Amino acid sequence: MLSRLKHDLTMAEVARGPGGSRIDLLVVADMVEPGARVLDVGCGDGELLRLLETRGVDGRGIELSREGVNECVAKGLAVVQGDADTDLEDYPDDAFDFVILSQTLQATRRPRVVLEHMLRIGRHGIVSFPNFGHWRIRLQIAFGGHMPHTDNLPYAWWETPNIHFCSIKDFRQLCRAVGAKMEKAVALNAWGGRIRLKLPWWFWNLFGEQAVFLLSRQD
Amino acid sequence: MADVGAALDLADRTREADDPHSPVVRFAANAPLRLDAGVDFAPLQIAYQTYGALNAARSNAVLVCHALTGDQHAVNDHPVTGKPGWWETLVGPGRPIDTERYFVICPNVVGGCMGSSGPASTNPATGMPWGLEFPVITVRDMVRAQAMLLDYLGIETLFAVAGGSMGGMQVLQWAASYPHRVFAALPIAAATRHSAQNIAFHEVGRQAVMADPEWRGGRYFAEGTNPRRGLAVARMGAHITYLSDAALHRKFGRRFQDRDNPTFSFDADFQVESYLRYQGITFVERFDANSYLYLTRAMDYFDLAGDYDGAAANAFRGTPTRFCVISFTSDWLFPTSESRAIVHALNASGARVSFAEITTDKGHDAFLLDEPELFAIVRGFLEGAAKARGLPAR
Repeated sequence: MLSRLKHDLTMAEVARGPGGSRIDLLVVADMVEPGARVLDVGCGDGELLRLLETRGVDGRGIELSREGVNECVAKGLAVVQGDADTDLEDYPDDAFDFVILSQTLQATRRPRVVLEHMLRIGRHGIVSFPNFGHWRIRLQIAFGGHMPHTDNLPYAWWETPNIHFCSIKDFRQLCRAVGAKMEKAVALNAWGGRIRLKLPWWFWNLFGEQAVFLLSRQD
Repeated sequence: MADVGAALDLADRTREADDPHSPVVRFAANAPLRLDAGVDFAPLQIAYQTYGALNAARSNAVLVCHALTGDQHAVNDHPVTGKPGWWETLVGPGRPIDTERYFVICPNVVGGCMGSSGPASTNPATGMPWGLEFPVITVRDMVRAQAMLLDYLGIETLFAVAGGSMGGMQVLQWAASYPHRVFAALPIAAATRHSAQNIAFHEVGRQAVMADPEWRGGRYFAEGTNPRRGLAVARMGAHITYLSDAALHRKFGRRFQDRDNPTFSFDADFQVESYLRYQGITFVERFDANSYLYLTRAMDYFDLAGDYDGAAANAFRGTPTRFCVISFTSDWLFPTSESRAIVHALNASGARVSFAEITTDKGHDAFLLDEPELFAIVRGFLEGAAKARGLPAR
């Protein structure tokens, strides 16, 4: 249930690429090397894993919701029922080439611990999340005086599964705190388009509705 | 307890053990089964059923492993009881383990009493049933014997091995012992080791059998007796562990059996008592008491971590097998935590593993019952594996 709800909030639900895949998932998938071993933490109904499998990636998933897991397994995907907050510690060091948190980090109880495990288990980490620094959200808080409530963030504050929202700026702070190296970053605007790379971080933080980061361990 | 009913004549009982109503392979005396107990057992006999057809490439074989009181009759009427096969819900034409697509093999385990060598089989040296002269066997021995059967059938690699409970233990042992002979593994409601609680339950069952004066130190065939009551009590106790509080309550509640008021006696006033007595009575018609001792013992000894240097993960190091682990929410005999331990071991060994917990109030026995979610998962997992294996699409 959780991840189904989680996915509802992404604008990219409507923004789909030529193959019919969600743009944010395509951005994530493009960061993965072909043939890599991948762990998708919070894999939902398995859309990203399926996309990755078409690219020859050896994908595994963890999903909290029983419905999501059972749907994935019935599709033939290698997915286990589990909780990002408690189960990542069971995985050995360097077990995967990439560990992905696609629209998952904001729904974890301890994002810092999750991120640290991610960088321990995988050579690389990929994190995508809705940017809370986006201008529309800022406007709602500043002038509406309430928590953001939009088509993409449909939940009242008391029932949202997303308990740890952050802005792009906040996320960069966490990366520094855990010693993650930011290898690549992509911000998507409200229509799923990529914001040009040359622009400064404050611009991304204001106009990026989604952010996708490729991380690795600091040497 | 009331009379446990007229069981079959003892001669008939040993007949099913020696000449079963199913195909049987009798290995020569010079082809013994090497047992964990340190002895070579011969002559070995394995009874089995097959369903469906083996393809030309011999790549579509699925081994189905039965649980403690199951047998080879997975998808046909039982020759003794006449009841439908124990896994007809999951295996058969168009079923998740589709016999129109896969060649299904279901052997009776070594130590069983339906035609594979066990304590009820005749010891050729004495002309009498082995009884307690039969060596103690393990799950690994069962699997070794099954590998001999597959060699005999000319099947090098299994597309899949599937089983629940003790059958799930065999699945895990298969993957550990013969990783290159197993493409896909489906351990359902299983564990990497038998828990202290489960050993305790088994001990109660064994003590019930051995406390029956008709058990005669296991020599009941020779002495013309049958420890029906002991075995029935063992079955009654065990049967409770296969269900759940919720399922028992749903089925029986506190309702009376054919009466409106308590009788103030020790008759089966309650429906649940009557049900359990029936379970006990029908069980002894088809099962050998000594076999029950041997098979419960084999489960007790099962411990992958113990067998592989203290970590179950070592059993699967570098395994090419893909796994689908399944548990049930209301199973307290092999609870989800045990399946998670399997998943943990498989993850630590880098195996490709899926794991699903199915919501049901039916307890451990859910793997034998009508559980649509179980069917969808098994079907989907095998579908994905068949594609990866290059089996033709249905």
